Amino acid sequence: MAEYLIKNGFVFDPVLGIRGDQADIAIKDGKIVETNAITNPKVIDAAGKTVMAGGVDIHAHVAGPKVNVGRNFRPEDKLFGYKPRNGIERMQGGFSVPTTIRTGYNYARMGYTTVMEAAMPPLYARHTHEEMRDTPILDQGAYPVFGNNWFVLEYLKNHEIENTAAYIAWLLQATKGYAVKVVNPGGTEAWAWGLNCENVHDPVPYFDITPAQIVTGLIEANEYLGLPHSMHVHANNLGNPGNYTTTLDTFKLSEGIKPKSKFGRDQVMHHTHVQFHSYGGDSWANVDSRAREIMDYVNSHDNITIDMGQVTLDETTTMTADGPFEHHLTELNHLKWANADVELETGSGVVPYVYSPNIKVCAIQWAIGLELALLAKDSSRIFLTTDHPNAGPFIRYPRVMKWLMSEEAREQQFDAFKHKDKVIEATNLAGIGRELDLYEIAQMTRAGPAKSLGLAHMYGGLAPGLEADVAVYDFNPNEPYAPDDIEKAFSNAEHLFKTGVQVVRDHEIASNGNKRTLWVNAKVNENPQVMRDVKEKFLRYYTVTLNNYEVTGHYLPNPYVIEVDATQ
Amino acid sequence: MAIRVNLITGRTIQQGVSMEAGKEKPAYTAACGIIELDPADFKKLGAFRNTNVRVTSGYGNVVVKAVEATQGPHPGVAYIPMGPWANMVVNPNTYSTGMPTFKGTPVEVEVAKTEPVLGSLELVRKGCRGELA
Amino acid sequence: MTRTVTDVICPFCGTLCDDLEVVVSDDEKDLLEVYNACAIGAEKFLHSQAKDRITRPRMRQEDGSWKEISYDEAIEYTARMLTDAKKPLMYGWSSTNCEAQAVGSEIGEIVGAIMDNTATVCHGTSLIAVQDIGIPSCTLGEVKNRADRILFWGCNPAHAHPRHMSRYSIFPRGFFTGKGHTGRKVIVVDPRPTDTASLADVHLQVEQGRDYELLDALRVAFKGEKLPDFVAGIPKEKIYEAAETLKSGRFAIIFFGMGVTQSLGKNHNIDEAIAVTRDLNEYTKAAIMPMRGHYNVTGSGQVWGWLFGFPYAVDLSRGFARYNPGETTANDLLRRDEVDAVFVLGSDPGAHFPFSSVKKIYDRPSVAIDPHETPTTEVCKVHVPVAFVGVEVGGCAYRMDNVPIETRKVVEPPEGMMTDEEFLGRVLARVKEIKGV
Repeated sequence: MAEYLIKNGFVFDPVLGIRGDQADIAIKDGKIVETNAITNPKVIDAAGKTVMAGGVDIHAHVAGPKVNVGRNFRPEDKLFGYKPRNGIERMQGGFSVPTTIRTGYNYARMGYTTVMEAAMPPLYARHTHEEMRDTPILDQGAYPVFGNNWFVLEYLKNHEIENTAAYIAWLLQATKGYAVKVVNPGGTEAWAWGLNCENVHDPVPYFDITPAQIVTGLIEANEYLGLPHSMHVHANNLGNPGNYTTTLDTFKLSEGIKPKSKFGRDQVMHHTHVQFHSYGGDSWANVDSRAREIMDYVNSHDNITIDMGQVTLDETTTMTADGPFEHHLTELNHLKWANADVELETGSGVVPYVYSPNIKVCAIQWAIGLELALLAKDSSRIFLTTDHPNAGPFIRYPRVMKWLMSEEAREQQFDAFKHKDKVIEATNLAGIGRELDLYEIAQMTRAGPAKSLGLAHMYGGLAPGLEADVAVYDFNPNEPYAPDDIEKAFSNAEHLFKTGVQVVRDHEIASNGNKRTLWVNAKVNENPQVMRDVKEKFLRYYTVTLNNYEVTGHYLPNPYVIEVDATQ
Repeated sequence: MAIRVNLITGRTIQQGVSMEAGKEKPAYTAACGIIELDPADFKKLGAFRNTNVRVTSGYGNVVVKAVEATQGPHPGVAYIPMGPWANMVVNPNTYSTGMPTFKGTPVEVEVAKTEPVLGSLELVRKGCRGELA
Repeated sequence: MTRTVTDVICPFCGTLCDDLEVVVSDDEKDLLEVYNACAIGAEKFLHSQAKDRITRPRMRQEDGSWKEISYDEAIEYTARMLTDAKKPLMYGWSSTNCEAQAVGSEIGEIVGAIMDNTATVCHGTSLIAVQDIGIPSCTLGEVKNRADRILFWGCNPAHAHPRHMSRYSIFPRGFFTGKGHTGRKVIVVDPRPTDTASLADVHLQVEQGRDYELLDALRVAFKGEKLPDFVAGIPKEKIYEAAETLKSGRFAIIFFGMGVTQSLGKNHNIDEAIAVTRDLNEYTKAAIMPMRGHYNVTGSGQVWGWLFGFPYAVDLSRGFARYNPGETTANDLLRRDEVDAVFVLGSDPGAHFPFSSVKKIYDRPSVAIDPHETPTTEVCKVHVPVAFVGVEVGGCAYRMDNVPIETRKVVEPPEGMMTDEEFLGRVLARVKEIKGV
């Protein structure tokens, strides 16, 4: 493989602690190496430009059944901006739910190299893997959902952690999954009867367990296994006024639990798209921001990480395993509604949504997301996401960076709101002058998520030994710039290396890369009871046979297996 | 004597089995080269069961064997299993939906005792070459 | 000696049963017996062994006779036909695996084809309706484990999806449905008293083509509003009763088929059926599911969904993907003479398109890729026989509820026979050469 030397760029790397100093980055055999370890490199002149590690997205809905429902049931999402085939680039379409090809290319254009699919229904794992296989360039993994799974509900009713852990290990292996995802614990099972669990102590119909027991049990099972990532939760009561108390109640379930993983993470709970979970008030008329209460908790508890779920004020497509929420949403906006309940495992819904700057609530949501990041004491524990495509498409990350880095940009946006005064009154943002710097952005988009995922040994930084994922942006942080220059530069990386392959050259896609699929193979002691339960459930309740369930080799043409030994 | 009925098409299990056994085989013709008529319509037509009939619509015509409805009664409604015979007469208009109107074509049925029911390959071949009556 | 292969997936209909057992000879060349399959599925496996099977490509001669050609010649003809055409139609894609569909999609991209699948004559109007109003649905296991109200509308699974009722809908005992069929109420809406209707508690013999009115009447009845004495030939008392039956269930499911998608009203019928389901969710839990026909028509909609963003009728002829049913659908294109070459794989339009469309295929350069001899191969210029997917080669297929299952290879194809994916791979390589990409 070619050697590269990226010379004289302004480097922002929390792993090495470099805050914009000029430095050289060397690449050899797909890894970052010391600059004296290369002999005949191709030189990239990065003088006057910004250099960072490849971006890492911890939570986006980019592949799988509900994403494809979003594509297929929204032809209008492709009305504008379809791009013809050109050179090595295949045709690309879609705005809020892009085709897999566009997904890969657009992340690369932003300098991202690793993207995690946030919710994989186990029965549909093959579908998720087929889409990831057809997404060029990116390293990807997918999180199977566990929070409404009948095995989990039955084991955790009796607090059987070891059995839960053995089942998790089996399912990760069967679905080639990466982490333990929990969506509206218990609530989606309740939705199979048209009901919901809105609080952590609401009982789940029939199963006689509460969301609190599910979350706590899954954290314990996750740490029992010592998985790379922590339990990754989307709590109950998403999107409802007054829900911040449910969020705090969920956070508190992690108290007293310490990480037990050799992958270097400090958290036992990752709570995703917290913007949707930080609302006060008791109706849409008086909803207000509780970002301060939420961040007070996060700032003082270091075993939690969160991501933003920033609203970008676009027309988009919401999609989540939180089935009851999507039904609630279609009743609010009266747009088309798709729902798919999945036997024994989970459910999901999809509804288009327009976040209009003319609607007060949308503007409040926009402010709350930014407040979370700006009130954070440690930017390496809160990650930049839009819960793509729920709060907005991922291509808006550079715009979110602009809002985070520039008070002027935020003021411009406030001025564009129809109900500016009411929005200011209901939120804290107007009183927050903080502007993040590129080092903090690198924490939120690189080092932080990589560490939270247990992948700090591969991604998120520029230290020798890490994967050679390196982005060069045409942005000089030491020269004066307008807010829009940030968005422009970070939407359009000048160069991008992915595992040592140059995939973007002079702002153009130069290669389809060497995409890998990450999954976690956790070894546990033999557990005859769990295997008996698995056989029994497949025999009696599933509609596929056990032998036709496991996702095998060819769905992952280039797998990267992370081995975990929990046999003790 | 001709009768007017409303034609629908669709799958039958005999159609499915004989199709998988080979559309070039006589069993496929036996399963699909038929029209199922209600006893009341047979009476109007004045024909015995298992008589060959010519079915004519505004879009074409085809000779099939008239048999008694297996899933009846449905007076006024006739049924030809999906396949080349039905497709000689169904309403091909999609009305801008992409979907031909396979169900609900008004047709005329008249006795054609001496005319043969062609096999599927022969039917489409002759149709394409303009060799059909 | 023989060997039994278990957990075999049936490549016939969208029910995609995965519990078949197939007995094969020790050398894996002969398929001897098939267990657990319905009559159609068993025939599909057994027919693959027919002694008179065509095993080499053939080309139609001037005098109408066939001449055997090599796979290389067939690949060359196909690649030339597709690259020479201004606007080729690449149709079918339903009786094959997703791997082949993906390769075919790339060919379509390069040659600027119109890609259409059998949904165009099946559930295409359902796909349009879903784009209008969405679709609350579920997997078939949810039906098995929870549903106590089953409504079949314009579909006849007793004939078209023979094991559907025993595996998923009427008879199985599931987790919350331990009483099996005695715990379920079954309603059939059909203009004929079908064999499915004979298994139902209630049959509403709707006047053919008046489904929209009856669906609308159900929505009126849910709200307790006034109905005329008869709607679509059904007395109002029966409509109120059916509405009450559906509302009083814990989990209602509507399965629908060609009776509503192909009758006048088309997508609007489905709009209304989905609206009925949405309404029912105000009172209880309800879902709706199209009874997809081909075993992998669903998969081709999925593959094109993630590659192009549309489930069928995808026009790639302008270099980017467009979608406009009624314009970019196979029958409209053929009837209006808007395509100049036809490639068919995994379907039999010769048998299942209206004859006016079939004639247009005959009039054009055309290739049919099909293990069988069919009316389509009869009207095409070149016929390329291939291995049976799900019998002689595996690959991914999507069930009617979108659940992906990997089909199995149980026997060897005849010596030297190519698979869909291999043939398409070779055509793709040749197309790239010709186009210089």
